Amino acid sequence: MEYFIQQLINGLTLGAIYGLIAIGYTMVYGIIRMINFAHGEIYMLGAFISLIAFLVATTLGGASVAFGLLIALVSTMILTALWGWAVERLAYRPLRNAPKLAPLISAIGMSIVLQNFSQLSQGARVKPLPPLFKGGIELMHGNGFSVNLSYLQMVIMALTVVLMAVFTWVITRTSLGRAQRATEQDMKMAALLGVNTDRIISATFIMGATLAAVAGLMVTLYYGVIDFYIGFLAGIKAFTAAVLGGIGSLPGAMLGGLLIGLIEAFWSGYFSIEYKDVAVFAILVLVLLFRPTGLLGRPEVEKI
Amino acid sequence: MLAVENLHSGYGRIQALHGIDLEVKQGEIVTLIGANGAGKTTLLMTICGAPRASKGRVLLDGQDITQMPMHKIAHLGLAHSPEGRRIFARMSVLENLQMGGVAGDPAHYAEDLAKVLALFPRLQERLNQRGGTLSGGEQQMLAIGRALMSRPRVLLLDEPSLGLAPLVVRHIFDLIRQINRDQGMTVFLVEQNAHHALKLAHRGYVLVNGRVTLAGTGAELLANPEIRAHYLEGGAHGETA
Repeated sequence: MEYFIQQLINGLTLGAIYGLIAIGYTMVYGIIRMINFAHGEIYMLGAFISLIAFLVATTLGGASVAFGLLIALVSTMILTALWGWAVERLAYRPLRNAPKLAPLISAIGMSIVLQNFSQLSQGARVKPLPPLFKGGIELMHGNGFSVNLSYLQMVIMALTVVLMAVFTWVITRTSLGRAQRATEQDMKMAALLGVNTDRIISATFIMGATLAAVAGLMVTLYYGVIDFYIGFLAGIKAFTAAVLGGIGSLPGAMLGGLLIGLIEAFWSGYFSIEYKDVAVFAILVLVLLFRPTGLLGRPEVEKI
Repeated sequence: MLAVENLHSGYGRIQALHGIDLEVKQGEIVTLIGANGAGKTTLLMTICGAPRASKGRVLLDGQDITQMPMHKIAHLGLAHSPEGRRIFARMSVLENLQMGGVAGDPAHYAEDLAKVLALFPRLQERLNQRGGTLSGGEQQMLAIGRALMSRPRVLLLDEPSLGLAPLVVRHIFDLIRQINRDQGMTVFLVEQNAHHALKLAHRGYVLVNGRVTLAGTGAELLANPEIRAHYLEGGAHGETA
């Protein structure tokens, strides 16, 4: 029982991170029907930027960890958002009216470019960050096993809940969110009504990148090591989460992220840690085979 | 107000319009009638910028809008209730109307919303319902109401009668007349339902295979034997599509 709860906590933490990345996939798919395969790299850039920003902030601003983290969080969100915006502007917008395969290939190319850019500019070796949040609380113990919820896990879950709440509010309650939903449903009609759809698409990439940036920061703190290659696996897993939840559905991305995190944690805890990625991608295959619309997705209805 | 000069347009290699000239003056209801596939919808969409005209010009108050981005055209005061209504099905009626206000001045949003809801009381009743759950007639009202939300100078209506019961068609056409009379709205109405459209309109044009073949006042065209033969008789007075 104690062991189960510990895996549950670990899984939820992991799931929060995947969920934040998955939102970027699902939003972009919803609005331009394209899988942004460079999104994992945006998350990786977020991790690097947060590490650099944190080190710069603590060097310049004294030893305060909280101050350093706040600076790192804000600057990572802003700078990573710029990357997300630039990728769309350079690699996808010129292909807006091209056949569907073209932006997909462009995305894969962009992903390789960003990976290599990070490898060349930051080096191929892993970058460590010493643990900043030490300790936690012991929830229960028994059978010689204690269940711990670390302060970092609490921060990650709390920040994720706050971000998702803000994000849901933007989408459902603001005029920007309304224009995004309208553009998603019928881009030409939105333009006929005076919506600058290019700007809405840019905003979508910026929002997705901002959330991925926070995920990057969290991973840097949680695992303590990052390298130029982390975007690939995390990206594909978050993509799996988005597909599991139903690609195009925002609550689906959040739910899918949580489920993937839980599956990974429980599989590692009860079966085999070496096969955890196999378990996750088996889910991807099973979903695509038996429920291609995902848990909360809508079937594509042909317009009459 | 709205003028089209020697307009050529089409989709891909298929040329649908072969040099259209027409004009809609301030305060007028002008109708364009024609059979299925004559190019009526292509004309309205080309006026709004998608597809782009391959030749010719579209002028709004003398300003050339032929190559202008679609969303800017909307902000100049051209509102479109398109073919198939294109309601945002997964957004509420209110949200659909709010989207119509994007090109309007936020300062008179509340006033415009009240005006549209007074014109279409049915929308008031269904304000929080999803657009996709409305009946065809209600969706048509929503499409027109949405277009009116921006206080346009010209209202483009693409086949508002399509797929609706005769009684609903009559109601919609009465409302168009009312909007024109009470608000002085300039209306460009594209219709297959020639009988109703010509009775309503001050002037009309007939489109055949991407060319304007006849023009005149609504009454003249209604009396024209050629039009009677092609568009009116045998069509149960044009009440069915």
